[in-house]
Amino acid sequence: MSTGSASNPLASGVDDHHNHKPNGFFARWVFTTNHKDIGSLYLLFSFAMFLTGGAMAMVIRAELFQPGLQLVEPNFFNQMTTVHGLIMVFGAVMPAFVGLANWMIPVMIGAPDMALPRMNNWSFWILPFAFSLMLMTLFMEGGGPNFGWTFYAPLSTKYSPDSTALFVFAVHLMGISSIMGAINVIVTIVNLRAPGMTMMKLPLFVWTWLITAFLLIAVMPVLAGAVTMVLTDKYFGTSFFDAAGGGDPVMFQHIFWFFGHPEVYIMILPSFGIISAIVPTFSRKPLFGYASMVYATASIAGLSFLVWAHHMFTTGMPVAAELFFMYCTMLISIPTGVKVFNWVATMWRGSLTFEVPMLFAIAFIVLFTIGGFSGLMLAITPVDFQYHDTYFVVAHFHYVLVSGAIFSIMAASYYWLPKWTGYMYDDYLAKWHFWCSLISVNVLFFPMHFLGLAGMPRRIPDYALQFANVNAVVSLGGFAFGLSQLIFLVVVIKCMRGKGERAAAKPWEGAEGLEWEMPSPAPYHTHTTPPEIK
Amino acid sequence: MSQLERSVITISSLIRSVHKCGYLVLMMGFSNSALAKSMPFNLTEGVTDVSQQVYDLHMTIFIICCVIGLVVFAAMFWAIFNHRKDKGAQAAQFHENTKVEIIWTAIPFVILIGMAIPATKTLIAMEDPSDADLTIQVTGSQWKWHYKYFGHDVEYYSLLASRQDQIHNQKQKRENYLLEVDYPLVLPVGQKVRFLVTSEDVIHSWWVPAFAVKKDANPGFINEAWTRINEPGIYRGQCAELCGKDHGFMPIVVIAKPVDEFETWLAEQEQKAVAAKAEEQAMLAMSMDMDEMMQLGEQVYNKHCAACHQANGEGLAGVFPALKGSQIATQDILGHINIVVHGKSGTAMQAFGKQLTLKELAAVIGYERNAWDNNTGDVIQPAQVKAVMQQKDL
Repeated sequence: MSTGSASNPLASGVDDHHNHKPNGFFARWVFTTNHKDIGSLYLLFSFAMFLTGGAMAMVIRAELFQPGLQLVEPNFFNQMTTVHGLIMVFGAVMPAFVGLANWMIPVMIGAPDMALPRMNNWSFWILPFAFSLMLMTLFMEGGGPNFGWTFYAPLSTKYSPDSTALFVFAVHLMGISSIMGAINVIVTIVNLRAPGMTMMKLPLFVWTWLITAFLLIAVMPVLAGAVTMVLTDKYFGTSFFDAAGGGDPVMFQHIFWFFGHPEVYIMILPSFGIISAIVPTFSRKPLFGYASMVYATASIAGLSFLVWAHHMFTTGMPVAAELFFMYCTMLISIPTGVKVFNWVATMWRGSLTFEVPMLFAIAFIVLFTIGGFSGLMLAITPVDFQYHDTYFVVAHFHYVLVSGAIFSIMAASYYWLPKWTGYMYDDYLAKWHFWCSLISVNVLFFPMHFLGLAGMPRRIPDYALQFANVNAVVSLGGFAFGLSQLIFLVVVIKCMRGKGERAAAKPWEGAEGLEWEMPSPAPYHTHTTPPEIK
Repeated sequence: MSQLERSVITISSLIRSVHKCGYLVLMMGFSNSALAKSMPFNLTEGVTDVSQQVYDLHMTIFIICCVIGLVVFAAMFWAIFNHRKDKGAQAAQFHENTKVEIIWTAIPFVILIGMAIPATKTLIAMEDPSDADLTIQVTGSQWKWHYKYFGHDVEYYSLLASRQDQIHNQKQKRENYLLEVDYPLVLPVGQKVRFLVTSEDVIHSWWVPAFAVKKDANPGFINEAWTRINEPGIYRGQCAELCGKDHGFMPIVVIAKPVDEFETWLAEQEQKAVAAKAEEQAMLAMSMDMDEMMQLGEQVYNKHCAACHQANGEGLAGVFPALKGSQIATQDILGHINIVVHGKSGTAMQAFGKQLTLKELAAVIGYERNAWDNNTGDVIQPAQVKAVMQQKDL
């Protein structure tokens, strides 16, 4: 059977054994081993976490709207910044990418499912427990984690609240989930490609995820080690990070950032894959420099292991180390630049249209690049002494994570929603969502650059009077951005409930790839016989 | 090169004036906070040669980024405006060009080398604290700074001077709200000052933007930094590393004085230190009455203790223990004095023996034993505190 076009028997419903789903809500969603169901679970979970972490950001911005303490006490403020960070990193961005991987990788490479379906189920169902455990700590006496998502020792050991053990176990669970997800991705891509789907024919989303998965397997155990040492330092009298017992608090930072920097790329490489899928579609032109995209991704991943200490320039390192990490960090801008140039070259002399996924993709390219520029500025050690731990850094990483990673996830959602649900999104609302998000995200994060340059440290619940006006603007941008995401919620619910236009098998004129050769919504089981790869 | 430098300077002054205009627009929208000083929209040039170099480096790299950004985004928006389907654009089908790809890999590499050279020079200069004229030990603790002048008998704590009623919006905030301290660090102009930075508890970070000095204070380790200030003045900074609840409330204020004024000041401080020790001896003989003790005790408590144990003595459940009705504050007097003087290791409870005078210690301990319905009726005298100190010191 040549796999499918819109005229495929699957679409006409003649051959409906491909569509059988388990009976009953519980059996369908809790016991599922179907990559599409698990993908949907991941995506819905990450959206719920995005709104939860976002609500915490609203608390932070409300407290910072005016100088003085109005709404929350400093100890709770610190819990908000900490849990906001942890939830957005481990609960929103990463599971969203794993959800996209689950849904799209088997479909894109011509595989019937992920290679390890039961493990797939487990790696998802760990997450609700992990995050319940972490959110529960907020209601404990003494409160939840309040030492920043980077949990530097000894603030997270000797001086941390009693709930720290639960934080450690929650992070362990998240790590186990991520590692299992990563193993699944690698095994699937390596073993389950359809005949003829050679490595250099893989869609870039698959390539970037393959590389991301290796990063995950390399660094999640390091994070597990770091939290375990925090656990034993706090509860069992070890002194890994305590100078009085022969340890070193700065060693914690080396270990954490050896995980943390690759982690940053874990949260952006799949975005590169998404943008590399969307830009050619709406330019009606093949991606420029496919091979160089693959090599650029691989070199970014490789370099990510050599730059961790650029987060630690002020900890007091030898000059030679500072220079090494500065040079390596600067080098990263070269492969990253290649990617941006390739996307622009793909658009160049294309036949462009601006559907919502493309709008988000273009916003991604511009705003991610701005985040890249501030990243390059931060790499320069002498100047980093001024930027470090100020709002300049906050602006930088929110540009790459919100208008970068999150915008790419939005782009991907709009791009593939028709395939997932079988219905087109409400274009009117989607455009409102885009323009509101675009404007508010810049009102929210751009002025933070100025706050940082003017000398406002990050992670403070109250600030000097000179920062008042800009903080008020930032907070207004924050509330607007938060509200804008509710539009997205409505758009998604409408698609899921089948309100809207029926989607064609290939709703985008310029789209290419196996996912567009099957009907929309994608049948429960796809590629049960391997497709033919041209 | 000088041509380039000049044009960089022109562009940077242009950018500065654009910033000022933008600020005016903002101010018109938010003119209600009349107290607010104007906020600079760019990094400070500072008052040292190093901070000036850092500023120049910042502007150079910023402008390079702007130029690259303009070129890339111009190309992209050109395509967005001209290569659109609704304008009848037909898609070309090219998808690689080795020559172009090599060029756009090589050019950024050259630009990076251009950035790395001045950055390396500045960094090496910044990391050379040798041949200092004056050495100061800077010690962070939750949530205050301690300064010790090496070779002189001068050391003191420096605490936030903005009061709780300003923080909680009951009183008008002063001009330098959250950026003011009781005892600022005083430094000489024109001399090379070396800082030895360390911490007593968690990691803090000592940052004064005008000097381009930010150095982490790591417990158990000592970091070095230095500065040579060019202009007398008052320079303000803040702790830059999350250090717990009151991380936002431990500012740094430096007063830079001409060398002769600085030396006069230092001599005065040394005399004061001697006088304070004499006073301490005299105090052992005197006794406070309840009213005096409660009055002084409340002041000391609010400044040094209330951040954790709270003004109402109830602490924060699960984080900082309550004193109201607690065993320590209502029963064993010696145990109470002991924990205030020596702290409790493994917790956030610091040793206040060296931070406060005997009279202050006695007053605050007595206050804790009588405030919030603790009503033990105990009046604590400096001599009792001294006795506990000496016993433990043996």
